[in-house]
Amino acid sequence: MATARNRASFERGFVYLVLLLSAAFFLMPLIAMIFTSLKSMPEITGAAGFENNTILTPPKEPSVAAWGAAWSSACIAVACEGLRSYFWNSVLMVVFAVAISVMLGAVNGYVLSKWRFRGDNIVFGMLLFGCFIPFQIVLIPMARLLGILDIAGTIPGLVFVHVCYGIPFTTLFFRNFYVTIPDELVKAARIDGAGFWSIFFLILLPISTPIFVVAIIWQFTGVWNDFLFGASFAGADARPLMVALNNLVNTSTGTKTYNIDMAGAMIAALPTMLVYIVGGRYFVRGLTSGAVKG
Amino acid sequence: MRKLRGLAPQLTLLPSLILVAVTVYGFIAVTMVLSLTKSRMLPRFDRWEGFDNYARVWNHPRWEVAMENFAIFGILYIGGTLFIGLLLAIFLDQKIRAEGALRTIYLYPMALSFIVTGVAWQWIMTPDLGLERAFQIWGWDSFEFDWITQSEMAIYCVVIAGVWQASGFVMALFLAALRGINPEILAAAKMDGASGPSMYWHVIVPALRPAFLTAIVVQGHLAIKSYDLVVALTGGGPGFSTELPSTFMYEFTFSRNEMAVGASSAVMMLVLVMILIVPYLYSELRDGDR
Amino acid sequence: MAQLNIDRVSKSFGKTEVLKEVSIGIEEGEFLVLVGPSGCGKSTLLNMIAGLLDPSSGEIRLDDARIDDQEPKDRNIAMVFQSYALYPSMTVEKNMAFPLRMAGVSKADQKAKVNEVATLLQIEHLLNRKPAALSGGQRQRVAMGRALVRDPKLFLFDEPLSNLDAKLRVDMRTEIKLLHQRLGKTIVYVTHDQVEAMTMASRIAVMEGGLVQQLGTPAEIYDRPANMFVATFMGSPAMNLLPAIAGADGKTIMVGDQTLPLSPIAAAPAKGQTVKLGLRPEWFNLTGEGSAIVARVELIEPTGPDVYVSLRINGERVMARLPAGTEIDAGTERTFHVTLDKAPIFDADTGAALYA
Repeated sequence: MATARNRASFERGFVYLVLLLSAAFFLMPLIAMIFTSLKSMPEITGAAGFENNTILTPPKEPSVAAWGAAWSSACIAVACEGLRSYFWNSVLMVVFAVAISVMLGAVNGYVLSKWRFRGDNIVFGMLLFGCFIPFQIVLIPMARLLGILDIAGTIPGLVFVHVCYGIPFTTLFFRNFYVTIPDELVKAARIDGAGFWSIFFLILLPISTPIFVVAIIWQFTGVWNDFLFGASFAGADARPLMVALNNLVNTSTGTKTYNIDMAGAMIAALPTMLVYIVGGRYFVRGLTSGAVKG
Repeated sequence: MRKLRGLAPQLTLLPSLILVAVTVYGFIAVTMVLSLTKSRMLPRFDRWEGFDNYARVWNHPRWEVAMENFAIFGILYIGGTLFIGLLLAIFLDQKIRAEGALRTIYLYPMALSFIVTGVAWQWIMTPDLGLERAFQIWGWDSFEFDWITQSEMAIYCVVIAGVWQASGFVMALFLAALRGINPEILAAAKMDGASGPSMYWHVIVPALRPAFLTAIVVQGHLAIKSYDLVVALTGGGPGFSTELPSTFMYEFTFSRNEMAVGASSAVMMLVLVMILIVPYLYSELRDGDR
Repeated sequence: MAQLNIDRVSKSFGKTEVLKEVSIGIEEGEFLVLVGPSGCGKSTLLNMIAGLLDPSSGEIRLDDARIDDQEPKDRNIAMVFQSYALYPSMTVEKNMAFPLRMAGVSKADQKAKVNEVATLLQIEHLLNRKPAALSGGQRQRVAMGRALVRDPKLFLFDEPLSNLDAKLRVDMRTEIKLLHQRLGKTIVYVTHDQVEAMTMASRIAVMEGGLVQQLGTPAEIYDRPANMFVATFMGSPAMNLLPAIAGADGKTIMVGDQTLPLSPIAAAPAKGQTVKLGLRPEWFNLTGEGSAIVARVELIEPTGPDVYVSLRINGERVMARLPAGTEIDAGTERTFHVTLDKAPIFDADTGAALYA
């Protein structure tokens, strides 16, 4: 009896040990980033006075100088104005791309779930396929189309691209959500005299808040974190933050300034981390329902 | 009149359908056609090369490296995230104290951009200053961790960073599936004498089959698409030792002005994804149709 | 001319024919119940009256005006759904006012009408609540209220009581019937519950396989079922059907070696013809009323007010309903009596009842 209990508590200890070690593994890069961003270069390189410092030792003389530099004075290619303007590029791009793709997805999901028509499942399947294509397959023609539309290299151009490839995801979210709303609600509204749009705006929209949060979070993180489209289609003035961050870190001339690199990475990471912390529940639901049908 | 009004729903779908038809299906077709032309810096459709571009892709040493890396990365990345994700999910499902906090920690990398992940791990794996130095100072004098500078090992750095980023997602998938198992089935299995590991092996893991399928499909297609992580972490190097199909495509299309070759490699990537996705989508839609 | 005329209406989904040329006429103020097992087409028919489905062929007319090509909102019809379909984001008041709002009625008139109906249904105190804060019975009332505010020509009910628990169901049944008596509105009511059909309807349409098997008053349906389906579907426990052979004289019928008199309502079958004899469980008694019949007692099931007795007659299982407290033992053979004056006989092949 006692040995059985011993074994059980040993097993529990082992479970906790694995979980805590994993937590350390997942937290380590974040800690290293934050610590490094608050250190001076001598402290990072272990110069005199800092011989025993590692990437995981807390900063001895914490300073936000590197954050300031990353924000407004670090050199990216030839311009030494920091990430600031790119940050606002990203914000502008995200706001419009998210708003448009989420609204379109909501309407699409409404039609595909509540106004079934012949072949609607094929249409849905065709949209769904768009979630999975490797974007490399569309890069060349898209560059051309943006040129034809005269929005090549601009933020509207990037918004357009993100809307096109966001629609499949937002449609999937809303369709799977509206499928769970009883059809009788729509039938009742039709008998009560409501039409296509009044049903959507008066009956369904007021109860769609949860899925809006999911879709907005998903699109926000997706567009904010995008690199491929930004690198392929953005001109010098329209570059989003991720492209600028990569340029800052990987094309710097002279000695690497790790503290500024890490501060830049943190600046780029903070908005989505914040969304994750505030809306974690919805974030997870988005991740999983983006992958599995609802 | 009524018939016309009846079309309103389909008409509201139309803008999205046109966008997707053009930018997904139309563009795939264009890229396929391009892959058969002699396009170099600009697309041109008047000089045909046929399938020679594909031969050039497959005979190119960099594509060879890319495919080899893709195989290593794909297998280890999918295997690693599945293993860690399942392990964490099962352990977290043992009525763990502070489960919420641990879950948050495991999952937050998913909120980060691959660029941020790449930048962070590049720093951590920098030989003289990063983890290597940390372990040496902590007393493990002979510790060496300089994979990122070694051609044969750099791809494993990409694997580590990728697994770090995505394991939490797989954990969330499995945890949701574990919590979704009908408790009556577990009770029945217990009555039938299953316990501990045999319970997991015979009852629970089989019930996670759909989650496995989803995780493999999602991670697999991410592995094929994966581009940003390599760019930020290794820049494809040292040399082109961490080349992946995605970096190959980008390099040939935009830097080397070999657009037709780039298009061919993009088509190859699409084929890889299709092999993975089409059976999955087919079964999903068939089940979903009731 | 009937108020609602369903004229040879058919409906197919792809290759499946769900309704086959159904025709029903309903007078003003009638309470028509469409009853049948699931898949019989009753809900499809109701949805077509409402305008939620288009008929494949046939016509539907309301007050002589064709409505089957009109939008639901233009038909002046209200409907109560099984799930109540209350709009979750709106208060009870807004739910009830919604049809008026859609019709462009002024705010003041909306309020007046909603209050009037709320008083009628005794739900004034719920007006500011959201549907999620209501009990099943309350939701049911609000759903009816939303239908009532429009003052429609026709009410449709789609299994409105099946989500309620047993006791509440009986109460609401009474209440809907009272409401009908008071307002005198025409109602078409769909249910799979034959007790609901019997208790509420002024007329019943028993449906099966996309056809109306019988249309008539509850008494007609129960006492003169048109065929074996109607006979066994209506009534609980169900009517027993015993294989029987017509006697030579045209006045008797043989169940195995037992001879029973033919009911006066039944047509005389040809001598030696095989038929089915219908016996309702409540016709059996031990008080000597009617004709004697010998049966083996298999099982006793007391229900409280009655005792259900499972019998074997000539190898067939037969259910009898006797008063509570009847002394009887399982496993014995004994003589019962059965009143046969309403007992129908059915053609064994077509299932049609053979009436004189």
